[in-house]
Formats: sequence, structure tokens, C-alpha cells
Amino acid sequence: MRRIYLDSNATTPMRPEVAAAMIPLFSEDFGNPSSIHWFGQQAKSLLDEARQQVARLVNAESSEIVFVSGGTEADNLAIRGIAESQKAKGRHIITSKIEHHAVLHTCKDLEKQGWEVTWLNVSPDGLVDPEAVRQAIRPDTVLITIMHANNEIGSIQPIEEIGAIAMQADVYFHSDGVQSTGKIPVDVKKLQVDLYSISAHKIHGPKGVGALYVRKGTPVKPLMTGGGHERNRRSGTENVAGIVGFGRAAQLARERLESETEEMRQLRDRLESGLKARIPSIHINAEKAPRLPNTSNIMVDFAEGEGLVISLDLKGVAVSTGSACSSGSLEPSHVLTAIGKTPDEAHGSLRFSLNAMNTVEDVDYVLEILPGIVERLRELSPYYKRA
Amino acid sequence: MAYSSKLLDYFENPRCAGELPDANAIGEVSNPVCGDVMKLWLKVADNRIVDARFKTQGCSAAIATSSYATEMIIGMTLSQARAVTREEIAEALGGLPQSKMHCSVLASDAIRTALKDFK
Repeated sequence: MRRIYLDSNATTPMRPEVAAAMIPLFSEDFGNPSSIHWFGQQAKSLLDEARQQVARLVNAESSEIVFVSGGTEADNLAIRGIAESQKAKGRHIITSKIEHHAVLHTCKDLEKQGWEVTWLNVSPDGLVDPEAVRQAIRPDTVLITIMHANNEIGSIQPIEEIGAIAMQADVYFHSDGVQSTGKIPVDVKKLQVDLYSISAHKIHGPKGVGALYVRKGTPVKPLMTGGGHERNRRSGTENVAGIVGFGRAAQLARERLESETEEMRQLRDRLESGLKARIPSIHINAEKAPRLPNTSNIMVDFAEGEGLVISLDLKGVAVSTGSACSSGSLEPSHVLTAIGKTPDEAHGSLRFSLNAMNTVEDVDYVLEILPGIVERLRELSPYYKRA
Repeated sequence: MAYSSKLLDYFENPRCAGELPDANAIGEVSNPVCGDVMKLWLKVADNRIVDARFKTQGCSAAIATSSYATEMIIGMTLSQARAVTREEIAEALGGLPQSKMHCSVLASDAIRTALKDFK
């Protein structure tokens, strides 16, 4: 069966160049970068090169890139690292209601440990109001953490404005950039963030590796004790193969960002206008907001998201949903809830997330099969009346 | 795939889907956990279910269990139908993943609700 992958906010396929760059690391270039002999120094130079490649993607200095195991660790290191180092100054954190679980559950955990957290609402388009951030700042606020782009609906937050507010108030500012990096231009200096999380496997790199940008002088307490790797910010022998793959993926993302962003946007727009023309009673979330070029989150009335996902999967198309029926927790997506959707509305949500390797044929295949799938499920609904 | 091929078959090709214009017992239930909805039409004669149809708005497991349960109760006496359990339905479809076990409750509830409607 023809398989079409439209779930790239979950993970992306590795580019062939990335896999090729990693191969030597599994054989001849096996050294430990901490060793002073030839083998170690060989690995060290590969590590340094990758660090530079990742730094360039977000306009950081090499020394400001800390390699970690992925987006979740980057978020944990940023939030817990600042919370721990600043607890004498204050124990108040500001975040939003639509963060990824890596931020949301970390903040919840800190709440249990005595930190106070302000959970900012978002607009119906999934946007944080910078003015609300400003008003939430207190004398004991030590960290603001707001994601750059949302993984479910793709809304892009006004990070630059929030960055200016944080800078003015002298509060550390972290942004989870896992979804934005590689899809839109990212410049940590322009955004005025102190900390920025990146994941390799969302930008056609390998799983198990990511980075935290730590602006020079930002005091992050490490999560783990050990040999003091990564300038005492993340102990543990580096995942050199993963990091080299990450570096190559970052380099390619930077080189191709402009053209690929435009290609993805065109495919996404073709998908959305095609679906709107072919399927009545669908709604696109965050449609009017600044939005990732690859993400389309739609709500289908009188059909349930998990059933849509399974039906598409049976025809070879991989997508995801925020419906309660697909989650282990049996609660609808906290993001859709936060933008004001009822559990009923969230029930019919479907997320398409594209990558640069998708084609017009992929999109057209979805346009061909989805109307029939929706109609079939609607015919089964006790509430649906055919127009 | 977390589902059995039998369950997927009942999801893709549901038996007994639709409405029953001459039904004399109708039950509508919703799952308070996830919001799935099922409506069941029964035609009862001589203490027996002679025909049944369903409509369900819900996930694949909810649709498949609705369809299977509707099909299985045709021909049953009312007390036999009342005794159908969610476990029985789930098991007949090759079992459900733990997080989806609640889906099968929709069908067993719909049967009991429809039978209550029959006077």
C-alpha cells in the first residue's frame, strides 16, 4: 500500500544526508570527545562542528548550545535549571495553558514543590497576549516560559514582544522552540530569549538528541551530576552520532528553510482549500493566527477524530487527532480546550502536519479519500442530517 | 495497530447500521467519559428482538462494538439481550486496548436503555 506521512509535528523522516553523516560514528569515529588522544580529538572536532551548525540555525554562539537528549530534557533543564538557581530570589513562574507536556508537567511538578505558576489564557486563535505576560510579572517572578509555536494548532506566539517585556523586567525567558525551529526563521538574539529548546527529530534529524540554547551568563543548574560535560551544564558522554546527525540536519534546515517553508505552505494551503471545497461543516483552528506553514488542525462536525485517523491509516495516510478517544487520559487535548473548544468540538479534530518531503500527490490523495471517509462516519452518526 | 482485524472489519463495514422505522424500542446513550454517542432501534415481538439497527458517533472501537452488539442481539430473547456484557462484546472483537475498554460500555448500555423503553 502507498503510505503517506502527514504527522511531521510528531516526528520527521531523517534526510539521507543525515543518516550518511552518522554512519562513520558507529565504526571508525567512535572516540570519546573527552579523551585527549587522536580518537577522542577526532570525535571532539565532529562535536564542535555540529555545535556550530546547530548554533547557526538559531543565530547563537557555539558556546551557548548545550546538547541534551531531546526537547523534553531541554525544557526540563531550562525550567528546573532556572527555578533551582533562582529560588532564593523568588518562586514564581509564568507560562501558558497551551504548552507542550514537557513544559506543562514540569511546571505542575514545580507547583507541587511550592513554586507558584501563572497559567496564561490564550485567544480563540491560540495566541498569548504579551500585555497579559507583562501584567503577570511580580517581584518574585523568576521565569517566563512560552512556546514559540504550538504543536497541535501551529499558532506562532509573539515571542519577540514577550522577549522585550521579559528583558525590561529582568526576568529569565525560555521558549520551547521544538516546533518552530526548521519551519520558520529563528534568531535567538532578535527574539530576546535566554533559553530556547530544540529537538533534532523534528527537523529530519535522529531521535534522542536535542539542544538547549543558553544565552551566555544565564545561570542554569544542571539536572544531573557527573563529569561536567557541556561546560558543566549537562553531564554524560555526548551522543556523538546523534549530535553529528543533528548538526547536519540543522545545516540542511538552514540552507533550505526559505524554499521548503514556501513549499510546505503551498501544500498546506492546497490541502485546506481543497478540504473546505469538498467537505461541508469543517473548521480550521487558528486559521487567522500567524501559523506554522506545515500545520493544519481541522475540526469535522459529526465525526470523531480517532475514527478519522484509523480510517485514513487503513488507506495509508498517517495523521493525528486531539480527540479524547485517542488519548490514554480520555480527556480532549488541553490545547483545543484552552482555545475554547467544547469536548464535543475537540472530538472531531484532525491534525495534518507536513514536511518538505511531502508532495502534491500526497495532498491530492487525501483530498480524494477524506470526503468519503467523513461522509461514511457522518452517515453513522445519530445526529447528522444530510444537507 | 492496536485493534484486531475483526474489530477493524466491523468498523469499516459495520453490520446493522442505520435506523429502523418500525422500531418499538429506542435507546440513546452517551459515554460520559469520552463523549461518544449511540442510538439503538429495536423491533421486539413475542418477547424476542426480531430486528435491530444502530447509529454511533464515536471512535473506531465504539462503532465496531456498537455494530457487533446490534448484530448479536437479533434473535435473542429480552432477558438474553439484557444479560449481554461489555466484556463479552469486547472479547468477541479480539479484545480492546486497556484505554479503550470503556468504549464497549456504550453498546451494552444502549441495549439496556432501549429495552427499558419497551413497554
